[in-house]
Amino acid sequence: MRYLPKSPTEREQMLAAIGAESIDELFASVPEAYRLKEPLELPGPLSEAEVIQYFQARASENSAGYTSFLGAGIYAHLRSVVTDTILQRGEFLTSYTPYQAEMAQGTLQAIFEFQTLMCQLTGQEVANASMYDGSTATTEAVLMAERVTGRQRVLVARSVHPEYRDVLRTYAKNSGLHLVEVPFTPSGTVDLNAVQSLVNDDVCAVVVQSPNFFGAIEKLDGLADLARNAGALLVVAITEALSLGLLKPPREADIVAMEGQSFGLAPSYGGPFVGVIASREKYVRQMPGRLAGQTTDQEGRRGFVLTLATREQHIRREKATSNICTNQALCALAATVHLSLLGKAGIREMAAQNLAKAQFALQELEKVPGVKRGFSAPFFNEFVLELPRSVRLVNAELLKSKIIGPYVLGAAYPELTKHALVCVTETIPRSEIERFATELKMALEVPV
Amino acid sequence: MPVRSVLSNEMSEKIKAASRHTSRNEHLIFEKSSPGKRAFDLPPLDVPAADPKRALGEFHRGEGVQGFPEVSEIEVIRHFTRLSTWNYAIDLGMYPLGSCTMKYNPRVNEFVARLAGLATEHPYQPQELSQGCLRILSLLEKCLLEITGMEAITLQPAAGAQGELTGLLLVRAFHQKNGNPRNKVLIPDSAHGTNPATVVIAGYEVENIKSNAEGQVDIGKLREQVNENVAALMLTNPSTLGIFEQQIPEIAEILHSKGALLYMDGANMNALTGVTRPGRMGVDVMHLNLHKTFSTPHGGGGPGAGPVAIKKFLEPFLPVPVLVEKPAGTFALDFHRKESIGRVRAFGGNFGVLVRALAYILAYGPEVRQATEDAVLNANYIRKQLEGVFDLPYTRPSMHEVVFSDAIQKRHGVNTMDIAKRLIDYGFHPYTTAFPLIVPGALMIEPTESESKEECDYFIDAMKSIAEEAEKQPELVKTAPHTTRVRRLDEVGAARKPILRWKSPEKVSGATG
Repeated sequence: MRYLPKSPTEREQMLAAIGAESIDELFASVPEAYRLKEPLELPGPLSEAEVIQYFQARASENSAGYTSFLGAGIYAHLRSVVTDTILQRGEFLTSYTPYQAEMAQGTLQAIFEFQTLMCQLTGQEVANASMYDGSTATTEAVLMAERVTGRQRVLVARSVHPEYRDVLRTYAKNSGLHLVEVPFTPSGTVDLNAVQSLVNDDVCAVVVQSPNFFGAIEKLDGLADLARNAGALLVVAITEALSLGLLKPPREADIVAMEGQSFGLAPSYGGPFVGVIASREKYVRQMPGRLAGQTTDQEGRRGFVLTLATREQHIRREKATSNICTNQALCALAATVHLSLLGKAGIREMAAQNLAKAQFALQELEKVPGVKRGFSAPFFNEFVLELPRSVRLVNAELLKSKIIGPYVLGAAYPELTKHALVCVTETIPRSEIERFATELKMALEVPV
Repeated sequence: MPVRSVLSNEMSEKIKAASRHTSRNEHLIFEKSSPGKRAFDLPPLDVPAADPKRALGEFHRGEGVQGFPEVSEIEVIRHFTRLSTWNYAIDLGMYPLGSCTMKYNPRVNEFVARLAGLATEHPYQPQELSQGCLRILSLLEKCLLEITGMEAITLQPAAGAQGELTGLLLVRAFHQKNGNPRNKVLIPDSAHGTNPATVVIAGYEVENIKSNAEGQVDIGKLREQVNENVAALMLTNPSTLGIFEQQIPEIAEILHSKGALLYMDGANMNALTGVTRPGRMGVDVMHLNLHKTFSTPHGGGGPGAGPVAIKKFLEPFLPVPVLVEKPAGTFALDFHRKESIGRVRAFGGNFGVLVRALAYILAYGPEVRQATEDAVLNANYIRKQLEGVFDLPYTRPSMHEVVFSDAIQKRHGVNTMDIAKRLIDYGFHPYTTAFPLIVPGALMIEPTESESKEECDYFIDAMKSIAEEAEKQPELVKTAPHTTRVRRLDEVGAARKPILRWKSPEKVSGATG
């Protein structure tokens, strides 16, 4: 087998050196009753060409040839081939967690750069080396707020991504956290009055998302005041990280939990992505996950090490701030390379293109008879439309024209029965936006 | 000066797998930036530009992100290429890290994960347009069930630790349904740190169970400690000592007799695949580490994936969505599972990692047993050659990893950390030091099947040479490494005054922005 660097002779030599007659002797510690007598029933072995053939066949059974207007937490953006070139260098791809700093300065410096970029983007003081994704980063941010304040009630805006709230619910069930839902207003943003009436000194965190699940941008200063006056922390989740290229950073937040997928990571049917957790320096010892810190070596050279490890599971075990071990290091590297490529001007320009395309799309779609804008709040690259009929039916029609229509909000928000979440990024050509509007008009004319 | 002259002799005579080479210096990307440089161009905008002040009002970020990189494409390439040359990697040589299973990361896995039609898919697109992805997931599920001998599986968890949490949440849901969630989970003192950390997050209390003199679960103690308050025992098999838990049938029986469950940490599956199956041993729930046994790349610390395989009685509690096969042979995701523990993460799982794992399994097919045999062969070969050179605290047969201790070298004031650092000069990444906790001064060595006899011999020679140095030139070992780019970084200083980001000079001087 091509992955195994042993010849039959070498195996014999090694067995002889051990003093064993056969390899089976080396498995003598496995009770006889448990040892398999037959090979496993697995497909293969396949040559490299056959492996590729298998996956190419699967790739052809998906959505090739369709134009998609889906966002809802995962965004299609341009990625440079340079990113994969770097990621596929063996020294990055096949290296281990940088516990032995002398042999991993490449990884450690890249992590330090990632942490810096995330601070620059979010306006926070410290960021860690990554979490699994935005949803678990949000949950860990809440657990962090619980540790910091010692309280157990959490106010969660309903306008936070439904799956992010699901994850929080799963973790909360077993930790004594009590989640309280905060409604949104007709403008599509968090109901401040509701927050005001719900927040008290039992609350550890107020959790909002901005831009929120409806694409609407939240005003954070009022929320921050309400949280702070009650001694609670403001947690801001961000699913579309590119928005920070044009939007003010959430400096008012105490903790930012972000999904970094927009920075150089393909949608890849849901993962792997990269979670970001960023906060104030004073909370750093309550932060989960790895942190790369700058230091010097014996000869005064600058270097980097994993630091403040007493927070982590391999040192603190049951008293750790989190159980996270393996994180998303290579994905964080992808984001670091991607952002270095985009640079200061590029991220602004890409964000501006998204804004322009979304504004143009809204304008064209509002011309379709019966189509209304769903919420009035300012948005970045996602917005809600209200249609005159079921979004599901409309999407079924659109599919026939090879358009994957917008996200059906009614599934997660039963009262938003005819509302659809449209996402338009820089990757969608104008002609496709115009075609979408045309096909939408025709779909709405189909007799029900 | 004495150390240097000794060093040059060392380099030429005993250190065969490595030599010094020129290493480039490289500052932070921010320090290389200057205004106006750019590395990426976008295609021109084909719609009217939007006025951001009008569209965003008060939310508009007036200026660019302060301190953000401004470099050209070649500078990005050189920057990260230079950084990469400071790293060790599997592509360069062995990582003898115990319980990490640092095996070859096949390149075809990278190729297929990036295919258009796989990398491009959105989990919310219609299921009828995702059959390719769902078929991949279904086949991977079937293969992992065949390998583990378990009965149902979820591919959702993002890593081993998250798999452990998912598994314990399933355990809790089961007990809750039976009227008593119970409050304790038993953890052997040889366990990996994620085990106790996970127990706490799952809302349980950790109760430690001491290993016996042979480093195995103490059956007598287990009998005493298992009662109706114990939800489960988290067992790693083979143990973190690399030794098969021979009494696993008794362990399962004791737990089951009190209604408790047996959780198996599958981190050491590399010793079992194709040879035996946890499902047969009374295991109720287990996780796998795809970035260990199933060759997906470590990438400097992730991403991984931690599927959880279970017996049928736990199936109602699986996280949503669950993959189902319809009569027509198509696949669908079932979101309506009343007793589900819920989601442990958004979207379905680290699909890109799952693709790589399936590619690995397909490449091997039933011959995957040979990989397991080679892994165990390598570990035992190394053990045989180093027995007597290093102290072997537990003498039961090793499987895919062997644990020595530094007891012999300690007599000369040299400990496992020192030996590990000196190993770097010989061209190897250190083995796992100071773990498992039950072996003071542990040297935990797992070569994996990816090491040739030649590499194993290099490693053995290096270890023997270091043992000799520990005896005859202990200072050389204690001040290692001598040949790396940076040496003995100040970790204490890093923790005392943490510097966790770069700050632009304007920021440092206190200017606003």
